[in-house]
Amino acid sequence: MGIIDKARKKSPWIIHYDCTSCNGCDIETLACLTPLYDVERFGIINVGNPKHADVLVVTGSVNKRNVRVLKNLYNQMPDPKAVVAVGACACTGGIFSDCYNVYGGVNKVLPVDVYVPGCCPRPEAIIDGIVQAMDKLEGKARNMKHAASGKQPEAALQASTGNNNDGANT
Amino acid sequence: MTDVIKDIILVVAAIIVAPIIGGILNGLDRKISARMQNRYGPPILQPFYDVLKLFGKERIAVNQTQMVYVLGYLFFAVASLGMLVLKQDLLMIMFVLAFSNISLVMGAMSVRSPYSKIGAQREIIQMMAYEPVLLLMVVGVFMSTNSFMIKSVFDLDKPLLYSLPLIFIAFIYVLTIKLRKSPFDFSTSHHGHQELIKGLTTEFSGPQLAIIEMTHWYDLVLLLGLITLFFAKPIWVGILIALVCYFLEMVIDNISARVTWKWMLKYTWIIGIGLALTNIIWLYLKNRA
Repeated sequence: MGIIDKARKKSPWIIHYDCTSCNGCDIETLACLTPLYDVERFGIINVGNPKHADVLVVTGSVNKRNVRVLKNLYNQMPDPKAVVAVGACACTGGIFSDCYNVYGGVNKVLPVDVYVPGCCPRPEAIIDGIVQAMDKLEGKARNMKHAASGKQPEAALQASTGNNNDGANT
Repeated sequence: MTDVIKDIILVVAAIIVAPIIGGILNGLDRKISARMQNRYGPPILQPFYDVLKLFGKERIAVNQTQMVYVLGYLFFAVASLGMLVLKQDLLMIMFVLAFSNISLVMGAMSVRSPYSKIGAQREIIQMMAYEPVLLLMVVGVFMSTNSFMIKSVFDLDKPLLYSLPLIFIAFIYVLTIKLRKSPFDFSTSHHGHQELIKGLTTEFSGPQLAIIEMTHWYDLVLLLGLITLFFAKPIWVGILIALVCYFLEMVIDNISARVTWKWMLKYTWIIGIGLALTNIIWLYLKNRA
């Protein structure tokens, strides 16, 4: 493991996107930043900018309006990157899964790496999910070296439109 | 001949050591800031982890010239640091430092993101605010040493601080703007803004952002080096003063909220230029008497 791989694990920068969340999961996600949980001790920073981020934290289910924004954010993030679905809605669509405008969980449109279940999940579970996502980034970085540059995001996107359930459950 | 080799070794050593010192200082800043906010805080080596990680990320360039501006930002900052360790012309250092900042501004202007452009415009306003104070500082140094060379500062038998106390205060004021710390963190800052995302650095990613981050470390060391000049003899007192000033910046960063650019421009010109001019007039009268 090179020095960059070691550094990568210690510096996950996240971008948090609220799809159609009821705000419950968002409040818990932001609670991670407070002095009580202080995610910065793991090097986690909420950068709010997809071009700087390593981990996309999504709350809420994906619907026909926000799928474009979600894909846009994901495509703007430089590789290696990971997606963490926080909450029941982001994992499966939750109680909104039967709505006429809802596609379902984030895994319908993006390759989700870690699922954090709960309605809403505790901040400890969210932090744990992000830390697990960093472990997954290591394998992705290895693939990035082998894969031809540039085509990786699209290929990953298409693969995920099927059913992607290889994410670790927290 | 041996002098040239000695100079080259000195510059190379500065280029290698400066980012290490700058990174550790940055890490201490984050740790101490966290403790002030009653948080545990990241490890002290966190800035190095961040930069190494950024070097390992995919290269995404928004346009072809962006990297040139980033490298210009790094190159001019390193050049001005090199001039400082060689005890060269202080006026020239200020100009080269301004070039470095202009490179970053042009890089931020070269993209289409409105966040980046607003950040760049605010950075220009910041430069407009602090450049006159920096120039007046150089004038003050010239009046007390009769030379623009840093070498002559070290030849003085009395520290510069005794003849330039007000300019020193003005310089500390300007340092907050230069380090982009609160209350003057409106072009970009360590934490993302609500309305500006990351301002100046929004469109830089991966290795480019890593280089910008490293340049911030060079900048930090250079600025603390300039503070050291105010108490050049013995040098350890100067370094101690520089570190105390850096701690003061952390305190100010944590206790103040962001102001508007109009407020900054007005008060930097009134307080900064006012203090510096008062000092220069006093020096002039003293020299005449």
